Amino acid sequence: MNKWSRRGFIGAGLLGGTALVVGVAIRPGNPVGKLAKDAALDGEQLINAWVKIGEDNIVTAIVPHTDMGQGALSTLAQMLADEMDADWDKMNVMSAPANGDYVSSEMARHFVAPNLEVGAWLEPTVDGAFQGLASMMDLYLTGGSFSVRSTGQKGMRVAGAAAREMLIGAAAGEWGVSAAEITTEKSRLYHKASGKAADYSEFAIAAADQSLPAKPTLKTIDEFKLMGTPAPRLDIPTKVDGTALFGIDAQVPGQKLAYAAVLAPPVPGAKVATVDDAETRAMRGVQHVLNLGEFVAVVADSYWHAQQAINTVTATYTKTPTDDLDQAGMFQIFDTALNEAGDGGGDTLVDVGDSSDAFAAAAIKVEAEYQVPFLAHTAMEPINCTVWFHDGQAEVWLGTQAPLRCRNAAADVFDISVDDVTVHLLHMGGGFGRRSDAAMVTMAARIAKEIGGPVKMIWSREEDVQKAAYRNATTSRFKAGLDESGKPVSWDNIFLFHNDPADAAFVPYYDIGAQRVRALNDVELPLPFWAWRSVDHSQHGFFVESFVDELAHAAGKDAVDFRLSLLGNSPRFATVLKKAASMAGWGSAMPVNHGRGVALVRSFNTIVAMVADVDMSSGSPVVKKVFCCADPGFAMNPDGFAAQMEGGIIYGLTAALYGEISIKNGAVEQSNFHDYQMLRMYETPEIAIEIINGNPDDIGGGGEPGTPPIAPAVANAVFNATGIRPRKLPMAGQAYSV
Amino acid sequence: MINVTINGKPELLDVDPDMPILWVIRENLEMTGTKFGCGIAFCGACTVHLNGQPVRSCSTPISAAEGLEITTIEGLPDADGKLAKVQQAWIDAQVPQCGYCQSGQLMSAAALLRDNPDPTDDDIDAAMSGNICRCGTYPRIRAAIKAAARA
Repeated sequence: MNKWSRRGFIGAGLLGGTALVVGVAIRPGNPVGKLAKDAALDGEQLINAWVKIGEDNIVTAIVPHTDMGQGALSTLAQMLADEMDADWDKMNVMSAPANGDYVSSEMARHFVAPNLEVGAWLEPTVDGAFQGLASMMDLYLTGGSFSVRSTGQKGMRVAGAAAREMLIGAAAGEWGVSAAEITTEKSRLYHKASGKAADYSEFAIAAADQSLPAKPTLKTIDEFKLMGTPAPRLDIPTKVDGTALFGIDAQVPGQKLAYAAVLAPPVPGAKVATVDDAETRAMRGVQHVLNLGEFVAVVADSYWHAQQAINTVTATYTKTPTDDLDQAGMFQIFDTALNEAGDGGGDTLVDVGDSSDAFAAAAIKVEAEYQVPFLAHTAMEPINCTVWFHDGQAEVWLGTQAPLRCRNAAADVFDISVDDVTVHLLHMGGGFGRRSDAAMVTMAARIAKEIGGPVKMIWSREEDVQKAAYRNATTSRFKAGLDESGKPVSWDNIFLFHNDPADAAFVPYYDIGAQRVRALNDVELPLPFWAWRSVDHSQHGFFVESFVDELAHAAGKDAVDFRLSLLGNSPRFATVLKKAASMAGWGSAMPVNHGRGVALVRSFNTIVAMVADVDMSSGSPVVKKVFCCADPGFAMNPDGFAAQMEGGIIYGLTAALYGEISIKNGAVEQSNFHDYQMLRMYETPEIAIEIINGNPDDIGGGGEPGTPPIAPAVANAVFNATGIRPRKLPMAGQAYSV
Repeated sequence: MINVTINGKPELLDVDPDMPILWVIRENLEMTGTKFGCGIAFCGACTVHLNGQPVRSCSTPISAAEGLEITTIEGLPDADGKLAKVQQAWIDAQVPQCGYCQSGQLMSAAALLRDNPDPTDDDIDAAMSGNICRCGTYPRIRAAIKAAARA
């Protein structure tokens, strides 16, 4: 790997040699030609790992993320296009092929890792990327609301600026003019003095031979043309005419697909002991009934036949330790663990000042306990995966947040090299964290291995609700002390299950002198955990902001004024809170039986305040209006960011009002949308969004921060209207009479 | 054999009469714009028109369509391929996020607007509440329906 030509040198960089990968030229025949083969079509020239210019002057951003609906692909393209002065009407975007070269360690180190702010659930994969084990790398992952603020800021913008400088350099050489005299606009180069002009595509090949700009100059905010504007999303036209292809729509060219339905044991950890399939095998279209130990699969000539047939399977399962556990028993286990931890147990996460002494000396003491159940993700597209193993190669079709994890899962099942796996990426019909797992690939690959030909596995909605992995149930306890004036002097919180982000329960922005936060992690969850939109913030937003509201009430202060009195050192938080309050007309008269509640949560580096207006006339909360102010530092696409806030609110409101996965005899009780209820059009509140660009050098995420504040805002509004404090979710079905 | 017309084209189908319309159009006809969401007519992702009326195709057997006209999302544009007003309104309002439920949403909205060119909020609630959107695009769907009504 020594003595590479410049071209080769760059290739070595991609394979793990150097740190310099901006503007990397990738051509057939060079050491990283594999990426070019996967990403570029004939006649296209890869300028660097993030941008491709076609002969038709279409600029394609190639991004190491996938889109589950959050719009990140389009926003990343917008960032690249702006730095490159590309024409938005001729812009394209694609997810990178699931190829280890694409996410080579140096690219990861240089562009993804510095200042990476993602939860610990991502950290092990990032660390792994630096160990030089390309086959184990798993970095190409979308989650943690970090696409725009990390890949966008540190990758796309640099790549776009570098590509532009290289195009200018190539044109300057050809035209015999100074690069400084060349301007760019809408994917064209201009030299005004000579009247010369050209499309970017005319200089794509020559640009690849330009020396790499070591530090391309990025635009300042006043130079932005696309960043900060509501550029229309590139994927939307295909999502209104039915042509967008999702994982479940996969076809295998030239092959007749078989279809698989699956049935997993109802209690996690159990295995399939026996299968009575006499009736099943005789049903129409059935080709195989497979007992694969962890699950049963029926393969048929259509999915409907497969599902009808598997519904007739009678199976028995092995015993598990949780076969007799129910919901009340689970929360009893949580209570026992918290009681045993007492005042000194658990893992200490925050310990500032002496919260015990401050609490003992406090004039007013407040204690409360909160509880949330498991939640399923229930993306609209049921879990599915299509696999075809042929000629020693595996092909996989699906929508996923983690393409390389899927590639590795298929390689494991077929015992082949990851180089012999191709992952065809299709749209995701929602992710919300659920599609960052690769278990569906393992299952579909195991079925394919048994039957030989290509197979499409589709989970029924019932499997999706009952046999998934979940936002964990948990209990959180608080103690706080206030002085005679109502100022908080101590904050003490202990909860179960510390996942990610690590600081989800922390409140450093509130000026409370003594703070202690502890977690218990040695209790077994009866259902498997998996990241759910906003992860731990989804519960801690509710716990923390409900308790802050209790403190305000104990202090006899207005809920907004009380929070503002604690935000003296956190001016961005105070600004966001004041804006939401003014949007809502905080303090103005309310209709009879209505209540107003406020909440303020920072998650994924975005600060969000919400005020909910709730009608309690029926005894159950009906949310009429939500006023939301968010400060993500800088919204690259304000309309797309607002859409994520709207969606985050509705996702969180579904959970706050209805979301409950409960267990009985160790198994999930709910099964489909009739008993795992979703918010619908008629009960969707009016939502107003305001965005504050509070610090363009410190950008936050968009996909998740809209979710955490809505539950406490609604719960606090219920208290405001009724005097009854909701301390358990979901709220619907509980009695709150006005 | 089942005789149906799909998006204006006659089809003679050799399928089980009790197979839901959803799977016939997705698997036998390879028209995948219509989506599977729940299988029990609770989410609306599979909504198509049967003689102009929105139905949940996951729970409607193909035999029920004998001699009738089925319209899917692929049949919503006009004969020249120009998007229906409601589809254009969806783009203008930047409605879709993941997009998976949107075929069903659009079929429900198209039926509403055909029968009621100027729907009120209550009309929209009544026509659209059978369609779940997990991404939470409801406010934009409402705005797009109103914009399409004005267009």
